[in-house]
Parts: sequence; C-alpha cells; structure tokens
Amino acid sequence: MAQEYRLILKYADEPGYTPDLDCYLRHGGYEALKKALAIQPRTLTDGKTLSGPEQIRDDVKLSGLRGRGGAGFSCGLKWSFVDRRSGKPIYLICNADESEPGTFKDRQILYKDPHQMIEGMIISCYANDVKLAYIYIRGEFPEGARILNRALNEARAKNFLGKNILGSGYNLEIHVHRGAGAYICGEETGLIESLEGKRAYPRIKPPYFPAVLGLYQCPTIVNNVETLCNVKHIVAMGGAEFAKLGTPNNTGTRIVSISGHVKKPGYYEVEVGKATIGQLINDFAGGLWDGRKLKAIIPGGSSAKVFKAGEKFKLKKKGPDGKDIEQEVEMLDLPYDFDSLMAAGSMSGSGAIIVMDDSTDIVEALANISEFYAHESCGQCTPCREGSLWMSKALHRLTHGEGRKQDADYLVKIADNIPGGRTICAFGEACSWPVQSFIAKFKDEFVAKGEADEKRRTAAQVQGAGLTPELKIAASPQPS
Amino acid sequence: MSSPAITETKPSPPTTELMKVKVDGKEIAVPKTTPDPITGKPVATTMIQACALAKVDVPHYCYHPKLPVAGNCRMCLVEFGTPALGPDRKPVTNPDGTVKISKSPRPAIACATPISPGMEIYTNTPGVKQMREGVLEFLLINHPLDCPICDQAGECKLQEYSVDYGQATSRFVEPKVHKPKHVDLGPRIVLDDERCILCTRCIRFTRDIAGDDALGIVNRGSYNTLSAYPGKAFDNNYTLNTVDICPVGALTSKDFRFKMRVWFLKETKSVCTSCATGCNIVIGSREEKVYRYEPRENDAVNACWMCDYGRLNYKWIGSENRLTEVRIGKSTSTWTAALKEISEKLGKAAPGSVAIVASARQTNEELFLLSKLAQKFNALTDSVPRMKEGDKLLLSADRNPNSNGAKLTGISPAQMGANLPKIADRIRSGSIKTLIVFGEDVTKHGIGTDLLGKLETLIVSDILPNPTTELAHYLLPGCAHAEKRGSFTNGKGRVQRFMKAVEPKGEARPEWEFLHELVYQVTGQNGFASIEGLFNQMAREVPAFNGLTWAGLGDTGASVPI
Repeated sequence: MAQEYRLILKYADEPGYTPDLDCYLRHGGYEALKKALAIQPRTLTDGKTLSGPEQIRDDVKLSGLRGRGGAGFSCGLKWSFVDRRSGKPIYLICNADESEPGTFKDRQILYKDPHQMIEGMIISCYANDVKLAYIYIRGEFPEGARILNRALNEARAKNFLGKNILGSGYNLEIHVHRGAGAYICGEETGLIESLEGKRAYPRIKPPYFPAVLGLYQCPTIVNNVETLCNVKHIVAMGGAEFAKLGTPNNTGTRIVSISGHVKKPGYYEVEVGKATIGQLINDFAGGLWDGRKLKAIIPGGSSAKVFKAGEKFKLKKKGPDGKDIEQEVEMLDLPYDFDSLMAAGSMSGSGAIIVMDDSTDIVEALANISEFYAHESCGQCTPCREGSLWMSKALHRLTHGEGRKQDADYLVKIADNIPGGRTICAFGEACSWPVQSFIAKFKDEFVAKGEADEKRRTAAQVQGAGLTPELKIAASPQPS
Repeated sequence: MSSPAITETKPSPPTTELMKVKVDGKEIAVPKTTPDPITGKPVATTMIQACALAKVDVPHYCYHPKLPVAGNCRMCLVEFGTPALGPDRKPVTNPDGTVKISKSPRPAIACATPISPGMEIYTNTPGVKQMREGVLEFLLINHPLDCPICDQAGECKLQEYSVDYGQATSRFVEPKVHKPKHVDLGPRIVLDDERCILCTRCIRFTRDIAGDDALGIVNRGSYNTLSAYPGKAFDNNYTLNTVDICPVGALTSKDFRFKMRVWFLKETKSVCTSCATGCNIVIGSREEKVYRYEPRENDAVNACWMCDYGRLNYKWIGSENRLTEVRIGKSTSTWTAALKEISEKLGKAAPGSVAIVASARQTNEELFLLSKLAQKFNALTDSVPRMKEGDKLLLSADRNPNSNGAKLTGISPAQMGANLPKIADRIRSGSIKTLIVFGEDVTKHGIGTDLLGKLETLIVSDILPNPTTELAHYLLPGCAHAEKRGSFTNGKGRVQRFMKAVEPKGEARPEWEFLHELVYQVTGQNGFASIEGLFNQMAREVPAFNGLTWAGLGDTGASVPI
C-alpha cells in the first residue's frame, strides 16, 4: 500500500503546530536560509566562478523541480529565462491565488505553515537577486493574508527579511497583495496586471514574457506557493537528494487535493508518481461511498480533461533494454505524475482529483464546470469570451429541459474553436477541455438527454400543453 | 498628449537592415525593425507588417497601425514556420537543398508576433480560414445584427469579413447577451454596447494618443461592457477619432448618425481648414451637400487623426446665408459686368492707391494671383492673423490654414497683421482709395465702416455676409475649399492640395478663376486657366515653391522650407 510522504506538510498537521515563528524555529525553520546565505563562491575546473545564488539556481535545476501551479513547467528552466542583463530590477511573485476548483493545497501551507513558504521565497529571491517580492494572495483568503502579514513581521523582526539579512549584505522586502476575486488573477500575466493595479487581462506573449517584460515591464518570476516551499527543501537536502524523491522527471512530492464522492476527501502529500490514481482514491481517500461505483474523475483541477472509469491508455515506457515499449494501463493504475497524465491526454494540473460516482449526472457536472468558466472568463479575447458563455448557455438549456439531440455535436464544435493557441492565455483550454472531453467520453448521455427533452416537448405539444417542439429559451446565467 | 511628434515631418528613418521572410510562398525582404507607433523607437517588425509589405491582407479588428498592439480580437491568427534547427543549432536542409521549415503547432497572432529570419507565414491555409470563421462566428453571436439601421453599415468590418468568412445561417440558438443601448458617452458620441466587439481601439486611442484615459471596460467575460468613467463624459477634442477607428457601429457620431447611408457618400480628398496643421481629410458629400469630414492618413501631418473642432467645422459651407450673387452696389449683376467695371477702375488706379487685405484662409494660388495685382499697384497688402490656444497633438495655435502661403507669396508681412494699421492710416489720410478684401471682415480688424465709407472703390469677395460685404461696391461671391481645387501651405511648410467635393452655391465661383481673369485684364499677364497650370506657374515664380508641381504634390503633399 502506498504511503504518504510528507515533506512540505511534515509538521503542518501535527498537534500543537502553530503558524508563528517560534514554532517554526523549533522545527528547524530558517536553517535552509542560513545555509543558502552561507554558500561560498565556487571555482569550477574551467576557471569560472559560480556565486552562491548561481549554485542555488543550478541546484534547483538539478532537482528537476516542476511548477506546482498547473503547467508543471521546470522551475530551474523558468529561472534560467530571466533576463539578468537588462539592468532592471528582477521581481519575484508568489502566486497564492489558488482558485482552480477542487484545489485546496496552497491554503494548507499558507494557513498552517506560512514561514515555510516565506523561507522558500526568501531563498528563491536570493538565488535570483530579487530585492522586492510580492505575495499575490487570493482575495477570498482574508485570514491567509493576515497570517502572512503576521509571519512577515515576525521574519522582519528576526532579520530573516529586510536589510542585510542575517548579516549577509542581502536586502529583500516582501509585500502581501490581496486579489479582488477573479480566477484569472491566477494566470501569471493577469496576476501581474492585477498587481500593477489594472484589470487582470492576461498579456500577449510575445512580447510580454514575464521573465523579460513582467511586473512594471521588468524581469519577473512567478512561482506557486508549493513550488517555493520545495525550493527550501532543495537547499536543505541538496538538489541531487531531492531528485531522488518521486520518479525520474517527476521529482519531489506533490500535495494532492481529493474531493468528490470519496469517504475521506482531503489533501495527501505523496512522492510524485509513486502512487497511482487508484491508490490515491482508494487507499488515501478511503474509496468511494458505500454502494457506489466510480464513473469519472477529473485528475488535475476542473479544467483538466476528464477520465472515464475503466478507460485504458496506451503508454510508452522504457523497457529494461532502454527501448520504448507500449503498455496498456487502466485509468486507476496511472501513476499520478506530470508525464503519465499528459500521455493519457489530460494533466495533473494543480494536483486536484475530483471523483464522481455513478450517481453523477455527467451533463449537470459539465454544466456546473462550464458556468464557472463562463463566469470567470476575463472577456479580453474573442474565442474565450464568447465561447465560454455560449457553451454554458447551451449546457444550461440542456439541464433545464430544453435540450436537443444535436447539442452534443453543437457543443463540441463551439469548444473546438477556442483552444490551441487561439486565445491569449490558457483559459481558452481551461474552458474548452472539459466540454471536449466530457462529450467525447460520455456522448451517449448528452444525446440521450437531448432526445428525451425533444420527445417530451413533442408529447406536450400533442397534448396541447403549450410547450412546442421549438426551444423555449431557458433563463441563462446572468452577470453577477 | 503623448505623441507630439506626429505633426512633424519626420526625417526618413535610417535604413534598417532587411530580413527575408516568405508570405504565402512569396519571398520578401522586410525591415528588421519598424518604428513603434507611440514612441517612434525601432521595434521588431511583426508578421502583419510583413504581410502588408507583401500585399497580403490579414483580416483584423483590434490591430491598428497607429495604436499599441492589443492582440485581443484573434482575427489575425496565422500559421507559420521557422527554419528547423539541427542539434548544432544550424538550419537543416531538405534533400533538395532547400531549408527545412518546422511548422509551429500553434497559430500566432500576426499583429504581435515578431518576424524572424527565414520565417514562413501562411495566411490562406484551411486552418487559418477555419480560425477566422470561428472568430467571426463568436463575434456575431451576441451582436444585434441590426445592420439595416446601423450607421456603420457599408463600412463595417463585421460585414466586410462576413463576406469572406461568414456563414449564411446562424447555429446560435441561445438568448443573446443584452447590454446598454444608446449610451450618451459624451457630447459628440453615442455608444451602442451591444454592437461593441471589445477590440479596445477606442480605449487605446484616447489613452495613448489623446492622453485622456477616459474609457475602459467594466464587467467580465461575455458581459464586458465599454464605458466611460461613471458620471464622467468622454469629452476631449479628439473623441470623434474613436468613431473612425471603431471597426463596428458601436461608437457613432452624434453629428453624423442617421444622416446618410455611407454608400451614397462621394469621397473627396481634401484638407481641413480650421487651423495651420492642415489635417488631411476625406469629405463625404452627396448631391452638393457635405455630410462629414473624416481624417485621411498622412504621416507627415496628422497620422490618422483630426480634432473634433476641425471635423465639425463644415456646416458653414451649406449655410443658408451664403453669398450667391454678384453685386455692384446693392444691385444684382453678372460676373462679366462686374469684372469689366473692376478692371476699368483698377486700370486707372495710381500706384500706391490700392491696398489688398487677403485672407490666410485662401489658397496659395489665389494669394499668388493677388500678389500679381499687388505688384502692379505697388499695393500695401496683409492678411488677418488668427491666434488662439493650440494643443500638443494636432490643433495649432494658428487657426489660419494658409498663413505660410500668405507669407511665401508676399501677401502677408512676416508679422501677419502688421500692415493693417498702415492700411487704415492711409485710407484715413486718403492716399489709399481702392481696397480689395478677400475673405475677411476688415471692420473687425481696425478698418471700420467709417474708413470703408471713405474709399472710392471697395472690392470684396467672400463666402458669408458681414459688415465689410455690406459696404462693398463690388461683391464677388467666393467658394468654400470644398467647392474648388487649390493648395495650402501648412504651419510646418507642407504644401497640400485639395479637390473639389461639391458645386459652388449660386453664382459663386472659385476665386482663382476670376482672379485669373482680373490679373489678365489689369496687368496684361496671361497665366494658366487651369489649377494645374497656375500652380506650376506659381512654383516657378515663387522661390519657396520652386521645384514643386501640382501632380507632384500627390495626395499627401510636399514640404518646403519656411
């Protein structure tokens, strides 16, 4: 049976563990920072000298750490893109705008162990020569913002933050900025716009790659809360040691949020790829409710493509002779890591598994997801702005007795015009992938619903009940 | 006002390095960099600019060459490829020796994507067509489709691209999003938010060009709504430019809306006469009536813009009060009779006894002809300065369109208006007995009705009645610029020609025509009876205009040193 491996949440849930600095220090807090600041320049065999920060960056690269926010992009690579020759200040922003439905991992860290994140952030700033950093925290986490501010004050008082940190000559200030309640503020360039005081309209890339033209048009790093915590552990244990956690190219641990029809919904920290989806659902989350059968899961937050129970995937795996061999894997046997889920056509995203059992009306489930994305589309670019609400309206109709049998195809055709680089940011994918995947895998249910509605409307017309086979347009979601 | 440079004639940009790219299979060398529309600094040339140079049209809504790029409409999505690189980072070649192109799996917006060496841009693939169809469908689902009563009909980008990428029937069966209609955005603009496609051109224009961050978007997603700041009017002197750049019928001009279907309008290239900037315009007219001015692109003068004051200053052309009769004294006469009498009178006039007050609203050609008369009589001449407050963008403090023309032809002294008191003095002293006035009410400029009453001969040409025309012994009805051809020399020395949009009212004749006759009869000098010939003659005789030709002015004019 797979076991939890608690690296980041090692102490958070221990009885008596509090988010204050004293408690953190009692548990070895800020030792990694001291270690980082003490790293001496090292001369390589070719005569080049690596500064302390450069060594940390190399170590992060060596660790194989991948971003925990959603895209799973290599953290070391992201840092390597930063324009360090522009002469402009480099900013680092902690993305604490956790808002992907089904995801509730960052808030555990923020609320229970804020200093761990702050320590990881200070080290990351030191490694990237950042003098000013921001924590962009979700507006709906007011208590989280208070906890962070308290923690930052404590850190300042002990000189973990501020001028000449621990006598190292390094200065850093961190500010907390509260979001104002929009999902799109979690998109890194939307977040930057919001932090600048503007509407959180994601920026076009090119030219506005944050590593070159980010906050205030300066080079900027945006990292997720959990990612920054990992940096602390990479420094503490060394990149090579960290890379031994998890599986190749999927290193470290991952906090997985499991919600839905399971007995023990919650968050579970596991080595990446060391547990399968089935183990996460059945061993950690206690399995489905009694008497229920699995119908579907969404493996990486609500924008990830859905998996159907019993679905099988052909995955390529390295055989003992180093050659690729194709292997058929049942969905529940997929290792929960970045690469396997991507190979299976979905993603581990923000690390949130949403479990749906056989009592779920899949059309209702999609309607719910679609309504969320229609509500959260920023409306900047055409396909997402118009497509997200169009799909939501059609699904609203389909779940309010006004379906048509062609609605499944209708929805897919709308969805097909949104993703794949047609939009400014990945929200286009986020709103269209659920529609595409739900209908691809459960088309019969969508068609059956539409057909039933059509039959009922026709029968009502025959009985003279007033309803006609034509659509009576259902009330649709209104702006809030 | 962040863009003071646009009214200046920029020196030709330093020759930039060229880069070879292929647009739909056609190789073209394009500059590596292009000046940024706002800062003027060289920035990487984009795909859409390369396509324009290759004469390949890429449909777009939000992109505007004079505005910062927004990249939101997604209509300009194209497919592209770049030379494939081997492990040695060197281009890989195909078996036939050509460079192997690695096609990008994702499309790119042509408006924001920089070109790179060897890039291939594909604008006419099935994939691109499908993307354009998709975007257009999205833009239309919540659009009211009220084309029959929309002012933009006929010049609407939604209509235009519907021809190429639209569908005959809509598959949209949901209720449309409803948004505010008939929003009174400011004193000159009405907004229909349902027609708006949220391209943000207007927002960028007023923020980045006009320097008035007055517009923004409120709400979210499909409910996004263009709005001025609540309770604040959208009111600067450049608001009507947003109507021009609005690709759809969302922003409409209160002055023009519902007045005329645009496809009935005749378009005539002209120049705005409301100040010395001389913004290039298109006059929209139908059946001898002017309906609107719109700016016409000229990077040496006004880019794509004009001010609201100049744009709306056209109604006098169609005024009921226009002077439409030739008069001798109080009686109606004919051109033949009046010109004959004037010629005879002037023929007898002694040198020094004639003065001319011309107008710096007259054309170079007319002022040139008046200068010929002035030479004959050694006449004291001047014109009337009109100085008011200008701005840093387009509105000049000099409200005369042709002050430089008046100076270069010698009609006006270097200090315009300096001779007016002298003329008044000499009328008072009796040494000036004949006054020729063109297009000015001299009673407002120091030559009062009492002085005018002392004159033996007062010859006046004007467009609208005023106290000076009332006292004229000979009144010659003249033309608005829209009723004739000619040229002006703007505040920066740009000589620009304009064309005739409408017929003169009544008996009114272009001033240069009857001046040409008068000069012939009085001086015996024959000139050219056509505007082309006249201009070319002027260009030979007036040093500042040497080397210019009427044809050579083209649509955007030529600069002379001033």
